[in-house]
Amino acid sequence: MADLKENIAEHIESGRLKTDELILHMGPQHPSTHGVLRLELVLDGEIVVKVIPHLGYLHRCFEKHAEAMTYPQVIPYTDRLDYLASMNNNHGYVLAVERMLGIELPERVEYIRVIMAELQRIASHLVAVGTYGLDIGAFTPFLYLFRDREYILDIFEKTCGARLLYNYFWVGGLSHDVHTGFEKEVGDFVKYFRPTLTEVNTLLNYNKIFVQRTANVGVLPADVAISYGCSGPMLRGSGVDFDLRRDDPYSIYDRFDWKVIVGDGEVGTLGDCWDRNMVRMKEMAVSCDIIEQALASFPEGDVTTALPKRIRPPKGAEQYARVENPRGELGFYVVSDGTANPFRVKCRAPGFVNLSVIDEISQGHLISDLVAILGSIDIVLGEIDR
Amino acid sequence: MESLLTSILGTNLLTTVIYCALPLVFVLTYALIAVLGEVKISAWMQDRLGPMRTGPWGIIQPLADVLKLLQKEDITPSASDKFLFNLAPFVTFMGSYAAFAAVPFSSQYIGASLDLGIFYVFAVGSIGVVGLMMAGWSSNNKYSMYGAMRSVAQIVSYEVPAAMALMIIVIYTGTLNLQDIIVAQGGGIWNWFVFGGPKADVVLASGRELQASWANLVFLPLFLATFVMYYVSALAETNRTPFDIPEAESELVSGYHTEYSGMKFAMFFMAEYANMFLVSVVASIAFFGGWQSPYGTTIGALVGVPWLSPVEEFLWLAFKGFFFVFVMIWLRWTLPRLRVDQLMYMCWKVLIPFSFGIALVVGFLVMIM
Repeated sequence: MADLKENIAEHIESGRLKTDELILHMGPQHPSTHGVLRLELVLDGEIVVKVIPHLGYLHRCFEKHAEAMTYPQVIPYTDRLDYLASMNNNHGYVLAVERMLGIELPERVEYIRVIMAELQRIASHLVAVGTYGLDIGAFTPFLYLFRDREYILDIFEKTCGARLLYNYFWVGGLSHDVHTGFEKEVGDFVKYFRPTLTEVNTLLNYNKIFVQRTANVGVLPADVAISYGCSGPMLRGSGVDFDLRRDDPYSIYDRFDWKVIVGDGEVGTLGDCWDRNMVRMKEMAVSCDIIEQALASFPEGDVTTALPKRIRPPKGAEQYARVENPRGELGFYVVSDGTANPFRVKCRAPGFVNLSVIDEISQGHLISDLVAILGSIDIVLGEIDR
Repeated sequence: MESLLTSILGTNLLTTVIYCALPLVFVLTYALIAVLGEVKISAWMQDRLGPMRTGPWGIIQPLADVLKLLQKEDITPSASDKFLFNLAPFVTFMGSYAAFAAVPFSSQYIGASLDLGIFYVFAVGSIGVVGLMMAGWSSNNKYSMYGAMRSVAQIVSYEVPAAMALMIIVIYTGTLNLQDIIVAQGGGIWNWFVFGGPKADVVLASGRELQASWANLVFLPLFLATFVMYYVSALAETNRTPFDIPEAESELVSGYHTEYSGMKFAMFFMAEYANMFLVSVVASIAFFGGWQSPYGTTIGALVGVPWLSPVEEFLWLAFKGFFFVFVMIWLRWTLPRLRVDQLMYMCWKVLIPFSFGIALVVGFLVMIM
């Protein structure tokens, strides 16, 4: 009897029946982990106590591989990092190598690169917002957004023959010039695309249920975001006004008139899931602005003039180039030993850093909220596992 | 209908079996049509074509799906409780199918004209919950368990406002008999409960006279609100979007039936669709006149072909049922999903207090009128 009493007393803690915690493995095969991420959840009923992400299911030894390749041969491997934003990945890597070689690019190449990178940003954000809707349970907006993404992929396909992995930005230039009619097609797309943003806003982002599910959920305060090293829409969603395109200008972004979008806590707290999602929505409109301006002053010229015959950066040269990827700061640190192969390539993947904050912001939320938070981080496992 | 069958086949077991199996035939055909409707409507809403290869415009796709499910390996997880695991789909399907016994498909065909019709439909419909719990528990899978827990919590909660909504109609008609409730709405679209109920005296099937007049228009806003409440609760009871939390694909993979494959999965699937039709039919019986036509009479009665009337009545009921199923499909492909706590908030703090409020007002009005 005394034993039993002791036993009961052990299980009652401050008036509440103490129950065991449940460990649930979410993934690697799970509809909303966006690939092969495994989250080890420690749950108290439906409430999340701890989240431990387990990575590596898609590890492909990118950095080691790069050491065995010549400089141009690494570019296709960067395509496969963040496979939803291959153009932007190419951009970061070739920028690093170009800086090591000290190449001056022709005007036209810079313009094409900016247009392509911004189109790619729109395409990537379309997937992000669409799959976010899917995570919340709205299926239809996802397909509307994918339909619009098709137009961008069609343009890419016409230009470089590939729809997902382009290998289009080369060291010192591009693999091809754009196809005939490129300017008109991009202009038409931008004209067509702007109204659909309003459509998605009414259908999804300002839907009452969607707002209820995402506002005040997974609040990431600005200081936490900075201390974890978050970047991209994650950081700007928390109200930090930081965008590499403006604050560490590369290419020709400083020639255009555009503004950096930051979250404003419009329907909930600053830095919640809704803000992060909305930053992506608004950034698509900003990308449209940049594309329109670039098209207005699109120069003629040859894109192959700066392509180097021999890519061998001087021995000991090192360069860290960072670009604003749709997911945040994508950095490539390249070290040369004077041969045709890079001595070391280090990739700073934004998704990897952004994902690290998940435990911090999802404690105390429900499982459903965890899905909403994970979706709002917008991870791509290709770059996280590398 | 029963007398027709008896006159052809005589009174024996076969007659009874055929009589009982008729709704099953209907439910199976309906499920095929509804599945096709689901894929096609969602496709059209989403700028797609949907299945196009099986038959013209893919109309025999559901049959192909059934064939596929029949051929699937029937997996029973080794760590599961085999008896319960295998029993669960049948319990769930039985729950939704048995309820059809008391549903009047026309003035002539009703499986069992029970005086406790509504009570029976609700009571038997709840048995399905036991099946869900069995499935979730016996699968020995954490996702199934979560799904089953959510499902049971949700269905048990939402039965309260759904039943309250129907009770409001019962307060007015004074009967639980579904056939009587339909008869009370005869004579035209304006007599349907959603538009305030009968506007002239009616004699119910049981012989009791229900007094009514155009003053019943005061009930219009009340019954309209009741209908909306019932329909929302019905959505939650059938686990449809925005209340598909138990099967929330992005969270729980597919809830309580995660571990099921082949025909056992098909049983759950069919139970879900049968349930959708059941709540839709109950909605049309209680608020939209059941098998009554909107113009108050039938073509069969007008041209003097007596056998045509029941057929027409059946078609009207089926049409109304299908319409509400369509609305469910429409909502599913439009709305996101609520969260568990928001779902419970909606039930206990919004729907239930409101339904009690309306019940009070209706009860008071019925007393003084």
